[in-house]
Amino acid sequence: MNVIHIKNISKTYVMGEEQVHALQDVSIDINRGEYVAIMGPSGSGKSTLMNILGCLDTPSTGLYEFNGVNVSEMNDNELAKIRNKEIGFVFQTFNLIPRSDALHNVELPLIYGGVNAHERKRLAAESLQHVSLGDRMHHRPNELSGGQRQRVAIARALVTKPSIILADEPTGNLDTKTGDEIMALLEELNHNGNTIILVTHEEYIAEHANRIIRVRDGRVERDENVTRKIVASIA
Amino acid sequence: MGMRIADFAYEVKEGLAISFQAIRANKMRSVLTTLGIVIGIVSVTLMGTAIEGLSRGFNDSISKLGADVLYVQKWPWFGGDEWWKYRNRKEVKYPEYKAIERQATLVKASTPTVGTSAPIKYKDRSSEGVYTIGANEQYVETSGVLMQEGRFFSQAESDGGRPVCVLGSDVVDNLFPNETPIGKTIRIGTSTFRVIGVIEKQGSFLGLFSLDDRIVIPIQAFFQHFGSQHGLQISVKAADIKNLDDTKEELRGILRKARHVPPKAEDDFAINQQEMFVQTFNAIGAVVAGIGLFITALSLFVGAIGIMNIMFVSVTERTKEIGIRKAIGAKRSTVLLQFLIESASLSLIGGLIGIIISYPLSLLLNQILPTSMPISVIAVAILISIVVGVVSGFLPANRASKLDPVEALRYE
Repeated sequence: MNVIHIKNISKTYVMGEEQVHALQDVSIDINRGEYVAIMGPSGSGKSTLMNILGCLDTPSTGLYEFNGVNVSEMNDNELAKIRNKEIGFVFQTFNLIPRSDALHNVELPLIYGGVNAHERKRLAAESLQHVSLGDRMHHRPNELSGGQRQRVAIARALVTKPSIILADEPTGNLDTKTGDEIMALLEELNHNGNTIILVTHEEYIAEHANRIIRVRDGRVERDENVTRKIVASIA
Repeated sequence: MGMRIADFAYEVKEGLAISFQAIRANKMRSVLTTLGIVIGIVSVTLMGTAIEGLSRGFNDSISKLGADVLYVQKWPWFGGDEWWKYRNRKEVKYPEYKAIERQATLVKASTPTVGTSAPIKYKDRSSEGVYTIGANEQYVETSGVLMQEGRFFSQAESDGGRPVCVLGSDVVDNLFPNETPIGKTIRIGTSTFRVIGVIEKQGSFLGLFSLDDRIVIPIQAFFQHFGSQHGLQISVKAADIKNLDDTKEELRGILRKARHVPPKAEDDFAINQQEMFVQTFNAIGAVVAGIGLFITALSLFVGAIGIMNIMFVSVTERTKEIGIRKAIGAKRSTVLLQFLIESASLSLIGGLIGIIISYPLSLLLNQILPTSMPISVIAVAILISIVVGVVSGFLPANRASKLDPVEALRYE
């Protein structure tokens, strides 16, 4: 079954007098376990597409079904619930809460999901161990390196066992070596059955995926399966 | 449903944790912000304490007057500004008391009282300016005093002007620190009196003067030894408090006749009663409370604006954080609650500082009024600061809760 089914969606912004068609007539299906890269230059509409896929925004027209449920007309609270339970976000700038330690950052989605304290701590610790940060649980973001911060963010994305992980330029703020480590981690997650949607404008990052959707001028320009690049090792 | 209460509890706990992190991160700013609340809470607690003290002191004092006792005097207690009219009145005289005694039917007890300040002496101990009252035997009933030792003087002693006296407890403390005063002879002014009784301690009137630094002697003895009727008043205890107004009317009739007041002329005397104190006190109390309330409301309003302002700043500063929280599943209500908790915490901190400041001030106040800061005032102060926090935090919190996650995440 499709995790994501979008059909003929458009997104139009009104900027002053002018209407901006950020997305026009886009249709995409993504299956469970896929590793999809969405590519496009800036202004192509890929951010808008990502926001809609991540249920941060809703399309102006068209249908979006997530796990068979129509989310295109959901209200704020219903969308918040979908984001909480079904989507794990990994951002370019990590987006951790600066005043909270790693463990608390990872716990946060569980707090909003109403998981009790004991269970929460257990799951969050487990998730941090999964990304090899078991010994950094009580460090705050500013006490961690960029790569470690991104791994905390990945642990946070994983902790609710979401249907998809949505990574927006996850290596954009990292050096090449650390970026490779993060990409290896995402690859491992995909290997273990997680559905991953990667948004990037860099060809060599997109090559980690097994399917690349190219967006330009608000439309899908090309949607193709690719042979996955072999990654040598996991850090 | 149980689950939803649990969710709410987690959100409140998280909200508290976030608030304290945020407040700790901006200690100086937070404390300055709460200044208005601090002033408001100091004024609310002190005002509450003062009003509490005033009414407690008043009630203690007024209960000594007796609600069913009327006082016939030259001056009304609360006459307003026509003092010149009262000044030219004739003094109340002893024969008027006799008229009341003879004619009044609705009266249970009545006594003339007249007083003067006199030096007293027992052996080598002495006391200056002790208030010496001349009264008859019914003084015990009209003033409601209780005997601690010995007895009050009798009608025969009163009418005969016997040289006997009854002491207030302060006088006993001063003159007889180590012995019983009963049967001893003391000197009041230039005359000697035998002590036959001691009145139980009464305390002070409105905290102003002691009711125990006094001596009561038979009124005829007073006339003999001190000579003066100046300032004489007549205390009348009604037979039934339900008929207090009738008793008053009866007294008026008797007095008008005794004082030869022409039929259409105004009374040239006053019949005072406790009720007048109560009314005046309530009026003063209302003014004090009104002023207090105004100052309090004003400073709380200023405090509320301060908190609202800083919360708007806080929301703007943390736009990105709000975006992150929303992205990972915080609902509108979650964000709203978080910021309401933060502003309530901020305000509560102000309130607690205010209570801490006003506690020593209330002890100072206690030097003047019989009061201590009541628990109820502290509870009200805490409640008020939380309410002010929630109200002033509402607009900023609402703005935070309605932030678009996409926009908020883009904010740097």
